[in-house]
Amino acid sequence: MRQALPPWARSALSRPLTSLGVVFLLTVLVFAAFSPWIAPYPPDQIDPANRLLPAGGAHLMGTDHFGRDTFSRLVYGARLALLIGVGVVGFALASGVPIGILSALYPALGRVLMRMVDVLMSFPSLLLALGLIVILGQGVFNAILAIGLIYLTTTARIVYGVALRLRAEPYVEAARSAGAGTWWIITRHILPNMISPLLVQASFVFAFAQLGAASLDFLGLGAPPDIPSWGNMLAESRIYITRASWLLLWPGLMIVLTAFSLNLVGDAIRDRMDPRFREMVGK
Amino acid sequence: MLNVENIVVSLQSGLEIVRGVSLRIAPGEILGLVGESGSGKSMTSLALMGLLPPGIGLSGGTIALDGTDVTRLAPHQRVRRNCGRMAMVFQEPMTSLNPVLRIAEQIEEAVRVHDPGIDPTARARELLDMVRIPDAAHQMRAYPHELSGGMRQRVMIAIALACRPQVLIADEPTTALDVTVQLQVLGLVRDLCDRLAMGVLFITHDLGVVAQLADRVAVMYAGKLVETADVAPLFRGPLHPYTGALMACLPDPESDRPDMATIPGSAPAPGAIPPGCPFSPRCARAAAPCRAGPVPRAQGAPGQTAMCHFPLTERAPA
Amino acid sequence: MGRYFLKRTGAAIITLIAASIIIFGFIHLIPGDPVYVMLGDGATPEQVALLRRRMGLDEPLVVQYLIWVGQALQGDLGQSIFFQTPVTEVIREGAETSILLALITMVWIVAFGVPIGILSAIRQGTWIDQGLSGLAMLMASVPTFWVGLYLILIFAAGLGWFPSSGYPSIFEQGGLANLRYLILPSLALAAPNAALILRLTRASMLDVAREDYVRTARAKGIRPARVVLRHILRNALLAVVSAFGFTFAALISEAVVTETVFALPGIGRTVVQSILRRDYPVIQGVILVTVCLYLVINLLVDLSYRLLDPRVELE
Repeated sequence: MRQALPPWARSALSRPLTSLGVVFLLTVLVFAAFSPWIAPYPPDQIDPANRLLPAGGAHLMGTDHFGRDTFSRLVYGARLALLIGVGVVGFALASGVPIGILSALYPALGRVLMRMVDVLMSFPSLLLALGLIVILGQGVFNAILAIGLIYLTTTARIVYGVALRLRAEPYVEAARSAGAGTWWIITRHILPNMISPLLVQASFVFAFAQLGAASLDFLGLGAPPDIPSWGNMLAESRIYITRASWLLLWPGLMIVLTAFSLNLVGDAIRDRMDPRFREMVGK
Repeated sequence: MLNVENIVVSLQSGLEIVRGVSLRIAPGEILGLVGESGSGKSMTSLALMGLLPPGIGLSGGTIALDGTDVTRLAPHQRVRRNCGRMAMVFQEPMTSLNPVLRIAEQIEEAVRVHDPGIDPTARARELLDMVRIPDAAHQMRAYPHELSGGMRQRVMIAIALACRPQVLIADEPTTALDVTVQLQVLGLVRDLCDRLAMGVLFITHDLGVVAQLADRVAVMYAGKLVETADVAPLFRGPLHPYTGALMACLPDPESDRPDMATIPGSAPAPGAIPPGCPFSPRCARAAAPCRAGPVPRAQGAPGQTAMCHFPLTERAPA
Repeated sequence: MGRYFLKRTGAAIITLIAASIIIFGFIHLIPGDPVYVMLGDGATPEQVALLRRRMGLDEPLVVQYLIWVGQALQGDLGQSIFFQTPVTEVIREGAETSILLALITMVWIVAFGVPIGILSAIRQGTWIDQGLSGLAMLMASVPTFWVGLYLILIFAAGLGWFPSSGYPSIFEQGGLANLRYLILPSLALAAPNAALILRLTRASMLDVAREDYVRTARAKGIRPARVVLRHILRNALLAVVSAFGFTFAALISEAVVTETVFALPGIGRTVVQSILRRDYPVIQGVILVTVCLYLVINLLVDLSYRLLDPRVELE
């Protein structure tokens, strides 16, 4: 019966947890795209008469200390989660990929650039991000830059490693000695072979960007407090947790499940591209 | 002494890579098991030791040592005192020793398993002397990476001897070594076999090594034994065309023909073995009966048998 | 050995110099005149002039940097604007909490991550392994402060087993019993890092199990348990040891958040408060010290790795 299914459905069945993760990520995407239609209340509608209500009745997940609807804020929070993820991944790739590739192709330049990456990596990542926020000021865009800087380093390292290996491949050597230009080698030989590792890196960066952004929000140095982000919701509910523990539960679960799902997806891609795994299973 | 009956090794999928191999080794005898890579000779030896890799298992046949059936025993039980002893030396001396333990520790560890009462250090010294490692006291303190390939292979043999084996299985022990070192190690194996009255199963793809070393030869092709014989009659007159073809590939010191003979085609993969005689697609003598049905056993000199319809001692079919 | 040590130390010093330039540049990258930023707009001209002179801001940048580095080498990291005490004093006050927190956390990481990783590898493919690997990935996906808040909710507010916040020094009243204040914070901090060590231990064990020398050990007739302990584990742990430098860096980062959750008087919380107070010399000092610490620990990890693995040539 399994044989009758299309390949994507079969691989989904073989990794049930990852499939659930994908479903969850799609839900987050739908939340973000259609927030006004899904959320029963505006996210910032204050209702002092209904503060700290538990789940049930008119409020699916209860209300916070201003009487705002938790579920509605959760739905709108998906927008910021997505923005942070896309922004950080975009920044990390847009900066890390050229740095890594150029360093591999031009060893003299590589020594300087990679040493600079080493220097950045010697800073504890959150302190680096906090320092950048002190310089740039607080805000969503600056939070993206600050977290992106952390993953610029790891992305550049990974790209550098892969590009070095590819550069030594006989077909790339042959193309170089045949007079192929640098741009040609990058676009024809290096980038296409880098798609899988970059996909894996992108899903991990997306996951850890969520955790980093939540930490910044929690410290009061991330998204401004008027933006309904999951991290801000946790930070604000902190002093009410003994009276209204559900305020801690839902936003936290959204962060955890988003990061967990992305990690599962990244792992699944990595298993697919790891030849040793394929060899072991395929025999 | 070692009596292997009809063993079958197969993958989890049911695909057979060793298809009914029977071997006998007497004390003080070296049996050369010859075959191309992929013929199943390494899998046969790992099956005897109980060391088949995960996903591959023994699915039929018996392995008896001194009348004791060891087929169902785990490897650490198989080599222990009461149930007969086998030991093995592997192909890659570079990777077969633990890089973070000193030579002494790795030998003494085996001594403790097999001779719990003895002083392990003294016994390890004795073993290193037996495999003719010069300056044994000094070498014992070395780490594997500090020794040459030949020395490491001697250490591997010393470890194997620590088990006081009745049968030593050597899986291409000299393939990774230089020619001169190779000869020394072969001489050592012959000498130990005679001195300790130990049976040796020597696995190789090199018929030339077999001619120098072995008492008897078993030729393996596509998971089956195709010919078994004493070494002298075999080299005088092989029965199976595959054995004959292998011999034709040996460099002949008498002739100055620069071109080396080769066997046309390639050995079949385990999933794609032809019906009838597995060698028939590559055999110049193959005729209709070879391509279907069971293959009869042909007799040659005393102790020489081959699985062939038209052995080389007979006239080729028209 | 000596030559390798010198080379590695030299590289670390170059990294440190580059990092110190970034940390020094930090104060000049803040928009606006740092003195006004720090003192606020209501500062009197005398205060401004005093601070400017004290921080050496009238000199050219290169001279300022050299003065700053020279003072740092003598153990002077400047004055805290908020506390009006030397920055080194501020760091020293938080050091006890932060160091003990890091040590206890490392104990949890090793005590949970390594054995469970070994178990997972030994039971590869079984439901135990799948469950543990899944759990590890889940733990690596959880924000530490969220774990911390739940630990407070359950074990402090609910069961009352541990205090929920603060940490009195073990040198004050209470003595070593004060360590109970650090139990919940260290568990929260350990969770994601233990998960990473678990995954690394498992992967490394499985890699080593495929090695030829493991087959040799089995051929000797050694019992499986001993093969695992003596031959697989020791080689597998080499890779785990080399990850400890990285783990330590992650700990420093996450300690900033954990100390804030549990209101611990450590260096991490001091940094956050200093950011909110615009106490830039403290931020600079803390970052410089942690970078130094990171480089030293990585150097030690690297050297111990080389001592543990005889294959590495000790030139």
